[in-house]
Parts: sequence; C-alpha cells; structure tokens
Amino acid sequence: MSAHLSYGRVNLNILREAARKELREFLDKCGGSKAIVWDEYLTGPFGLIAQYSLLKEHEVEKMFTLKGGRLPAADVKNIIFFVRPRLELMDIIAENVISEDKMHSPRDFHMLFVPRRSMLCEQRLKEQGVLGSFINIDEYILDLIPYDGDLLSMESEGAFRECYLESDQTSLYHTAKGLMTLQALYGTIPQIFGKGECARHVANMMLRMKREFAGSQTQILPVFDSLLLLDRNVDLLTPLATQHLEGFLSIFIRYVKLPPEKFSAQKKQGEAGKDLPTEPKKMQLNSAEELYAEIRDKNFNGVGAALSKKAKIISAAFEERHSAKTVGEIKQFVSQLPHMQAARSSLANHTSIAELIKDITTSEAFFDNLTVEQEFMTGVDTDKVNTYIEDCIAQKDPLIKILRLVCMQSVCNNGLKQKLLDYYKREILQTYGYEHMLTLNNLEKTGLLKPQTSTRNNYPTIRKTLKLWMEDANEQNPNDISYVYSGYAPLSIRLTQVLARPGWRSIEEVLKMLPGPHFEERQQLPAGLHKKRQQGENRTTLVFFLGGVTYAEIAALRFLSQMEDGGTEYIIATTKLINGTSWIKSLMDRPEAQAS
Amino acid sequence: MAFITANWNPLGEAFYRKIELYEMGWSLRDGLKDCLVAAAPYGGPIGDARPQLEIYSSSGTNMASFPWKSGPVRQLGWTVCDDLLCIQEDGTVLIYDLFGAFKRHFSMGNEVVQNQMLEAKVFHSPYGTGVAIVTGASRFTLATNIDDLKLRRLPEVPGLQGAPSCWAVLTQDRQTKVLLANGADLYILDNTSCTPVTPPGLSPQACSIVNMAVSFSYKYLALFTDSGHLWMGSANLKDKLSEVDTKVRTPPKQMVWCRRPKSQQPSVVIMWDRLLLVAGERQHKYTLDEESVCVAELDGVRIVGGSRHELLQEVPSACQDIFKIASMAPGALLLEAHKEYDKSSQKADEYLREIKEQSVLGEAVRQCVEAAGYEHEPETQKTLLRAASFGKCFLSNYPPEPFVSMCRDLKVLNAVRDYTVGIPLTHTQYKQMTVQVLIDRLVYRKLYPLAIEICRYLKTPEYQGVSRVLKHWACAFCQTGVNFLDDMGPIMSGENQTLHSTVRTSYQRSMVTYLKNEMNRGDFFMTLRNQPVALSLYRQFCKHQEQDTLKDLFNQDDDHQELGNFYVKASYKEKKLEARLSLLQSAVDEYNKAKNEFAAKATEEEMKLLRFQRRLDEEKGEALLGLSLQETLHALLTSNFHKQAEQLYRDFRVPDKRYWWLKLTALAEKDDWEEMEKFAKSKKSPIGYLPFVEVCVKQHNKYEAKKYVSKVTPEQKVKAHLAIGDLEGAAEAAIDRRSEGEISTVLSRCSPTTDRALLERLNRARSTASKK
Repeated sequence: MSAHLSYGRVNLNILREAARKELREFLDKCGGSKAIVWDEYLTGPFGLIAQYSLLKEHEVEKMFTLKGGRLPAADVKNIIFFVRPRLELMDIIAENVISEDKMHSPRDFHMLFVPRRSMLCEQRLKEQGVLGSFINIDEYILDLIPYDGDLLSMESEGAFRECYLESDQTSLYHTAKGLMTLQALYGTIPQIFGKGECARHVANMMLRMKREFAGSQTQILPVFDSLLLLDRNVDLLTPLATQHLEGFLSIFIRYVKLPPEKFSAQKKQGEAGKDLPTEPKKMQLNSAEELYAEIRDKNFNGVGAALSKKAKIISAAFEERHSAKTVGEIKQFVSQLPHMQAARSSLANHTSIAELIKDITTSEAFFDNLTVEQEFMTGVDTDKVNTYIEDCIAQKDPLIKILRLVCMQSVCNNGLKQKLLDYYKREILQTYGYEHMLTLNNLEKTGLLKPQTSTRNNYPTIRKTLKLWMEDANEQNPNDISYVYSGYAPLSIRLTQVLARPGWRSIEEVLKMLPGPHFEERQQLPAGLHKKRQQGENRTTLVFFLGGVTYAEIAALRFLSQMEDGGTEYIIATTKLINGTSWIKSLMDRPEAQAS
Repeated sequence: MAFITANWNPLGEAFYRKIELYEMGWSLRDGLKDCLVAAAPYGGPIGDARPQLEIYSSSGTNMASFPWKSGPVRQLGWTVCDDLLCIQEDGTVLIYDLFGAFKRHFSMGNEVVQNQMLEAKVFHSPYGTGVAIVTGASRFTLATNIDDLKLRRLPEVPGLQGAPSCWAVLTQDRQTKVLLANGADLYILDNTSCTPVTPPGLSPQACSIVNMAVSFSYKYLALFTDSGHLWMGSANLKDKLSEVDTKVRTPPKQMVWCRRPKSQQPSVVIMWDRLLLVAGERQHKYTLDEESVCVAELDGVRIVGGSRHELLQEVPSACQDIFKIASMAPGALLLEAHKEYDKSSQKADEYLREIKEQSVLGEAVRQCVEAAGYEHEPETQKTLLRAASFGKCFLSNYPPEPFVSMCRDLKVLNAVRDYTVGIPLTHTQYKQMTVQVLIDRLVYRKLYPLAIEICRYLKTPEYQGVSRVLKHWACAFCQTGVNFLDDMGPIMSGENQTLHSTVRTSYQRSMVTYLKNEMNRGDFFMTLRNQPVALSLYRQFCKHQEQDTLKDLFNQDDDHQELGNFYVKASYKEKKLEARLSLLQSAVDEYNKAKNEFAAKATEEEMKLLRFQRRLDEEKGEALLGLSLQETLHALLTSNFHKQAEQLYRDFRVPDKRYWWLKLTALAEKDDWEEMEKFAKSKKSPIGYLPFVEVCVKQHNKYEAKKYVSKVTPEQKVKAHLAIGDLEGAAEAAIDRRSEGEISTVLSRCSPTTDRALLERLNRARSTASKK
C-alpha cells in the first residue's frame, strides 16, 4: 500500500515509517485487546499512515465512530479515543465515559490527541469529571502526512482561516515543527526562500528551533536543496479558478464515489451480476494506481485522448492471444493476464469517471463559467457589473459559485469600486439571506474581496511580467504550466518557476506588489555534508503552501519536475489540500450552524 | 569498603549509624546558637529567623534572606508544600514560599491576639499542615489544615497555669488531639473534653514529665521525666514498650523518635547541649561538637549543626546482614564472591558454590539489591549492585524488575541528594513520598530541568510528568512580576528561545487562561491589548468558551465592527422575534459607530424584511419568517400575492433584471402561462427573451417556449432555436449571421439522421464564413 511513496525522488516512506512506529508504540502502551473510537475526521489521514492490518496486529479488534451516548459493546480491555483537540468532542467523550461507568464493565480508557494535546480540552474533561478515568493521555504528533510520492499535507482544515482571518498562528507553529521533523529525517535544508507574512514567521521559528537544537545536529546528507515557503494570500487567484481533472476529483476528496449504474455493465461480465453494487463505489486515488498516475494531472480537455490511447493499447494486448502460436508465447500471455485485467478494470473505472466529468465539463453552464473566469484572468471588463454573475444570482445558483466569481473579479481588478462591491454584496444578501453578511465580512478581511483603494490596478502588470496568461495553451501535449487552467498559469507556480531560473531578483518589482515580505535564509550545514552535485543532477526543492494548495498547482509542479531541461524536482507540502469550493467554504460563517 | 562498619554502634540487638550528608554551605557566625530553626521532614528546607529571615536548602545553600520587619516570630514551621510558616506572638501566621516571597497570612483568632501566644507547634496530618497554639490564658487553639482554615478552641485544662510543662499534637482515630503534661499529670485534649490519662508502668520516682515526643507515624510516644527516666510506649497509652534510666536529670533540649518502620526496637534520640543519647533497650552516647537541631524522619533522625548535616538511623537489616563483621549471610557471601571475581581469583567460585549449595542465591541477590538502596555512597551502591548483577547471571529466571527499578531509583536519589539540589532523601522516604511528590518539590524549588529529566528518565506518563512540570514553569514564568507582560508577547509568538522549544501553544493558552483567572478583567484586557498574538489566542478561547467575554473584549477595544458582527451572530441564536430585532438594532448601532454604512443599511433592511414577513405570516398564514428576500418574493409570487411582491420589489429596490428572472421562474413553476405571456408583454424585458425560452423548456413546455423565440435578439437566436430542438431554425439563424462559431455549434448538434441538404448548407456556410 505504501510502495508508491518510495518511487519519487525523495523517499517519503521514511516519514510514513516514522509515523507508524510512533503509532505502534502508543498502541503497545495499552496492553491487551483494544477498540478504537475515531474522530471521523481523522480516519482519512490515518488511513494514509496505517491500514487496519497494522492496527489488528496490535490487538485492535473493534473500531467505532465517535458519537454521543453509550459506547457500543465490545469485549475488549482498552478503549482508545483518537481525537482532534476539540472542545465539542470532549463533551461527546465525557458522555461516552459516563454512560460506560454505569455498566460496571472494567474497560480501560485512553486518549490520543492528534496532532497536539490541549490543556483546554483536558480542562473540559476535568470539568465533566471524567479526566481521572483516563489511564493514558497522549499526543500523536502528526504534522506532515505523506499523501503521495511527492506530496505532504498537514490536513489542518482551518489553517487558512486561522492564519488570515483569526490571526491564530498555531498552525504555523505546527508547520515549523513538521518541517523540523522533516529535516531530522532528510537532513538540514540549506536554503530557505519565502514570500508572505506567514512564510516569514515559519522561517523565523524554524531558524530558532534549529538554534535550540544546535547540540543535536543531524548528520544526514541533505535530500532537499531548498525550501520555498509561500503564503496562500500571495496568490488568491489560483484556488478561485476552475481546475483540471484531479481538481474535479478532489470534490470527492480523494475517494471518488461512483454511482453504481456506471459499473453494473462491466461487473456483469465477470461475476454474472451476482452482486450488483448498490452503494456508490469508493476508489482511493493516488500514484499507486498506475493509470491514475498517468492521467491525473491532465487538463480536463486532455483526459479523453489519454484514455482512448490507453484503451487501444490494452485491447491490442488482449488481441495478442490470437497471434500467440507456441506454448511459450501462450504462457507468456497468460502470465501477463492478471496485470492486463487489472489495467482493463482500472481503465473502465476511469472512463466512467471521465464520462461523469465530461457530462459536467461539456455542459453549457460550465463553458459559460469558464469563459467568464478567463475574461477576468485576462482583464476583460473587470471593473463593471458582470452580467453572467448577475444572471447566476438571479437564478440562485449555488452561493459558493457566486462568491468564487465575485472574489475572482475583485482579485483580478485589485479590488472593486465601492459602488460595484456594494451592488454585488446587496444582491447576494437579498438573494441568499442577510446572514451571509458575516461571510462577506470574512472575505473582505482576508482580502479576497475588497474595495479598490488606489486607482492603480496592479494585476495587469503582474499578469504580464509573470506571463500568467498564455494564449496558445496546449491541453493535450502541454509545454507550459498554463495548461492546467487552459491558459492561466498559476501565479504561485510562476513564482516557483522564476525562483529556480533565473531567480527572484529579476522580478523584484512584482514581488513588491504582492503582499508580505520576500526573503532568503541560509542554514549552515555541518562540515562534510555539503552536497557535491553530479553533472546534470537535478535540484530538489520543497515547496510549502501555507494555507492550502490546489490540485492544479500540484499538477503544474509535477509538470515542471518532469520537464527534461527543468533542472529542478519539486516535492509539495501544504497545510491542506484545497479546491475553490472547500476553500471558500472554510471562510464562511453560518450562524445557524454555530448555534447548534 | 572495609570501613563501612566504622560508624556503626551497637545498641541491643541492632546497630546505629551516623552518616554525614553534607558539609553545610552556609556560613553562620555563631553556628546555630540562639537561632529559631525549623527544618522540614523528607530532606526539606531549613528556615532560620534571627533578625534576618533566612531559608536554606538541606545542604546549606541560601535560597532566600531578608530582614524581618513584622512582629516578633515565636515559631517557624514548614507546610507540606514547602511553604514557610512564621507564627508571631499575636497569633498571626505569615506564609512565605521557598524563595521568601510572601504568599498570604492568617490569624489564629482573637483569643490569641488578646492573651498572646506562649508556644506554638506546626504539625502534619493526612489533612494537611496544621498549627496548634497555647495562649497566655492556658488555652489551646488548633487549625488542622491551614489551607482550609477552621479554628478550634479546645476545652480548658483543669489546674493549668501558664504553659504546660510539655505538650504534643497527635492524630488518632482521624482526630487531632493535644497531649499535655502539667507536672506529673497527663491529659488528652480533644474537641470536647479534657481527659486525664496515666501511662502504664511509668516509674514512680518522677514528679514531673518534662519532655515528650510523638513518633513520625503518631503511633508511639516517649516521655521524659525529671528523674531522668525515659518511658516509651504506644501513643494511645495502652502499652509500654520499655523504660530506661538515662541518669541525666537536666531537661533535654530536644527529644525525637528514631525508628525504622518494621524495626523491633524502640529508640529515641535525646539531645542536650552537647550530648546526644540514643536510647532504646540500651543506650549509646554521642558527643556533639556544636549546637545542633534534630529533625525527625520516617526512618531516622537528621542532625543539623553549624557545619555538618548528619543522618542517624538504625542500620537496616539487609545492610547488617551483608556488612556485619564475619557475616555469613547469603548477600555477604555474594559480595565476597564478586570481590574475588574482580580480582580474578578462583575463590569467587568457592564462595558461589557455597551459596548455591544452600540454594540461597536468589536471597543473596535480593539482599544486595535491597542493601544498595540503603547505602548513601554511590560507590557502595555500585559495589552492591554489581555483586547482585553478578549473582543474577547464575540464576535462570530471577525477575529483573527489582534490580532495574532499584538502579533507577538510586540514580534519581543520587541526583536529588546532590549538594546543589540538597534533598537528602533515603530510599525508604522516597518510596513513601512517591515520585509525583518529589517532582512537585523540585518544581517548588524551580528546578524545572532536573524535574523534566527525572520524568523522562522514569518514563512518567507525560500527563503527570513533563507536561505538569512545564505547566508550572509557564505559570511561574507569568508570576515573575511585571516583566512577564513584556515577555509574554514574544513567548506567545514563540520569540523566546528557551521557552519556545518546550512550551507549546496549548501552554501558551494555559498561560492566558491563568492570567485571566489571576488578574482583574480590566487589567487583563489592557495587558492583552498590547499583545496581538496573545489577544487573538484569547479571542479564540472566548469564541469557544465565553461568548460574553468576547463582547467585553470588543467593547474595551471599541471594535464596533466586531461588536456588530457579534450581535448579528447572537440574533441568529435567538428564537423570539422581538429579541432578535433588538439584537439587530444593537448591531445597526454598532455598524453606524464603525462607519460601516453598508452593513448598517443591510441590517436595517433585514429588520424590515423580518417585520414584513411577520406581518404577512400573521395576516395570511404564510410561513415566510427566516426566508431570504429572494425566497420571500418567490413564495409570494407562487402563492399569487402579486401586490405584496410588487411592494417588496419597490421597498427593497430589487434590480429589474433579478425581479424579472424571479417572476418568470415563479410563473413557470406554477404553469401560469397566461400570466407569463401578459408579463412578457407588460414592457420590454430587461433580461431579453432567451430566459423565457429556456425557462419554458425547463418546464417541458416547448409549445410555450416557441412563442418567445421570435422575440429573442439576433445574437441569441441560435441558442433559442437549439433550446426548443429546432435544428433548422437554428441553422437558418446561424447562416444568416454568418458566424463560424455558431454554425459549428449547430453542426455539433446534428446527428446522422439530420437532413443531408441542411448539413451541406451548413458546411458550405461555414467555409464561407471562415474565409472572411
């Protein structure tokens, strides 16, 4: 399950192993059979660290989802709660523990906070009178979770909101901690670059932590040549835009749910339809899946071609059986059969997914939406009321879609004229309800939506200098990162690209227009660990997106890594994998939801 | 090694030994002469009040010293939490911490103020630390626990004038009592009565009891009479253990029990000026070369002098077995065997054989391990442990735990016994007081790094160990007065080097919480104001825990925008409309103050809408409350309240375009095609007529849709025709417009069944268009 992590330039499996080891140690602390009660949010991230088999080896016999009331019956010695440090979860746990006591069953309670324990939570447990019931309270420091061979995420869903809206920098501290862990495993990163307030902050913390650990220098040859820290608010535009294939899939958050009817046909062939799936099928998508690894970073307009090419190869391979004459040939063919069958079923799955996506992407509404987005990005009429947005509001399209468009217009115009801004806001409030005033307020606070203060609009300069818009984006055979958005090259990735060559000095002017300071720091390496680069050997850069990264940006970086003359390979890390929808959602305030 | 028994003195069956713990680091001009000294048990600190109040560690390191400016101190004592109690003549008790910082004070009551205190005693019981006082009126006042002060005045003692000749506090049957002697009479005072008692078999020569001592465990009592007799018995005065004639008639300066738990031997240490007597069944005399103070411990007596600090105790039996001259105990043989083994002598085998023949090797190992625990010198400990480890090699299934845990314990003990720390705990005391308490005591001494090291070394669960120490540290850091205010910001944002690596965000939070509880709110807010990071953390905390505080916080900062938001949020939690409206009104006021015109106006609109909805709900029985304006309009239009809808449309200045869309969809939804046609003709549509077509198609009414196709602008004609599935019409329109893109769109909709001629025309038109 974890093999895909070690394929890449940097073997992220080391990190995963370290995480697994710690988990095993904790599990062994609670001797005897155990049941785990999961904070549902954590099952996803933990699935990337340890499968059920590992838990089973350590006597985990049952798993439950955390919910109020009494815990389900299970004949185990230990009950372990795996939870995030959230006060509301503490109340549920207290309820569990209290109703448990009534049954007089001698089960031991343990608690594992992920990623950090919190005094507030323990205080809450104490107030509820159950703190004493826990034999072990521990923390499981899960800062960076290896997601894929080149991708690390902290899965901290609130990071952007906390940093930019609530000025709570806890997640930055965790980031710095996570980077220290990474350096402990992969060696000190000699160069740190950054852009943005939060980036500066994280770099400062890292440098300080390093000074504090001065005594225990790691003697590991550095794997990473440099680290680039990027604030999300340096590039607010990219997540707002509609992205390519994997971005679409991310709507389903890595697990794609497929409607059963799409699969019934092919199922029938093999198993005579004895168990037609009735529930949506779930697939975990990462590089472990061969075909997915090939197509995921394609633009939605490029997927079809790629899939049909693959289909031809597979059916050709199947055809070979007719030409197989000798016993040896047949034997060889048969030996390949399982792999081919797997490939065929995978192809079928992806074709179904592609069809689903095609339904969306070829629809007129989708096309209109894209047209407007591209108009904004190219700077067409960004200072006027946009009729498409008006119509969408009038037809009460989903609010998030509207917010994305309005924010995009604002970002591309360096703010909206007060009158225009008020008009949009009023339209939204009247249509979707006045309670969204708080959300609008949040968007303004984070700079996604803002009144134009100066007459000067920086965006065109930025666009031109960084070549954010490429007219002739080739979606099938891309030659520039702009393919990921059919013409728009993500600003964040351009910054990364320019940093690698020719360097940021060439774009000082633009950097000054973007928010926050930009900087460069060097970390001293112990003597003897200086890397001697082989001729033609690529540099490895870790790009850390503070406040989230989109799949399109990941795809663009992967594309840069694969470019033959690129000279740099990228490993991507972030606080959270986001898409426009989830991102805007995290900034919304819904009073009715809070009331419950 | 050879001289290990050099400081042993036989006393009856047992031996006693005096071990030097420290050479005192203090420099007292006159030794301890004329000092008022109090030393805490379990190797605790030493307090000393002359003109100057001084606090020292057990090794004589000065921890605090300051001139005494309060009233005359009559008695010093230590609490279980290492706080120093200074009891003044008027019964005021002042409490200082280990570093001489004043904590608080309390009074022992009016009676004491009036009659003055004659004598006081500080005692420890399961309830905590207590204070007992006898006043000039010969009355006793008692507080069992100074942290939960309840003063008890004990009954009068018949015939007592002034102070009793001697007295002691004891805890029996979960009750605190005073035992006192008035001449030859002995009384027990409890809450309600004063009972005369007689110790069984007290020698009749005595006419007065001049000193008494209660053992550490309150189990035993010793009485010293003016005839020089020492009576020892149980504290409940039921049994007599023994009686000795010391032949010294001078009243002793101090008398304390010196008895190991489980020892068969009762023994008491009696001190006169320069004479120390260990009295059990027999007696042994030591001469003292300096003024000293005795401190009773669980398993011995510490003797603190001007230059030395010693421990006097009965030699534990394990040590006796091993080190007693010519001992043939298994442990002694094993030790010998190991010694020979070290010398590479074959005698090792002989000794070992001897032990094995008696099959007592397990016992031998056990003895060595146990004895190591009782030895103070690391070298001796090591020798014994090595011997034990050597012996273990020849045993197949000897459990490793005792050996391992003894090694751990000793490492910890040696660390805290170190001169710089100055906690001379014995292994017995350590086991009795537990690691947790030891950690606490290190924390009281601000020895955080050592405490953390020990927690880590012993693998104490983080919750009880490291985390707890850090929490104390963080709190102490806050307490260090004014400068924490300056320090706090940096810590919060992690600027402070040392704190940063260990104090995590949650502790930062706990600091904020701590401050919040300790300071008054106004000061607290003012403090936070200058600390943006701390402030935002606190805001987060309030958001989860204390909504009202949040409001106060915004108020303090004059943050009207946030206050407005706060009221808006609150309004959504409110079920009653009136309350909701009044909250919204507050929001409007705040938004106005914040000069946020838009928000103020929008909120006013919201109130207007709510009122409108309520009225309509009441009048027409609709359920509109809580809907958005758009939804309200939609609901009105579908329920045929056109007049009301019109009114809302005007009142809220809904843009025409949106209103048309709204009305259009509402009419289509209820299939009111007639009304729709009227509406289309009412005036020129601001949204054009394509929406009419599309809405009709959406409602599966192509017939109605067709009616509007002709009205659509030329640019949208193709789309309109396609919407109703009229390929030919679309083709005509596209060809008319000579638009390559539109022709392509039409072509893409064609299927193999499409009319050939049409296809050809389209293709031709496209090629012409593309040539242009």
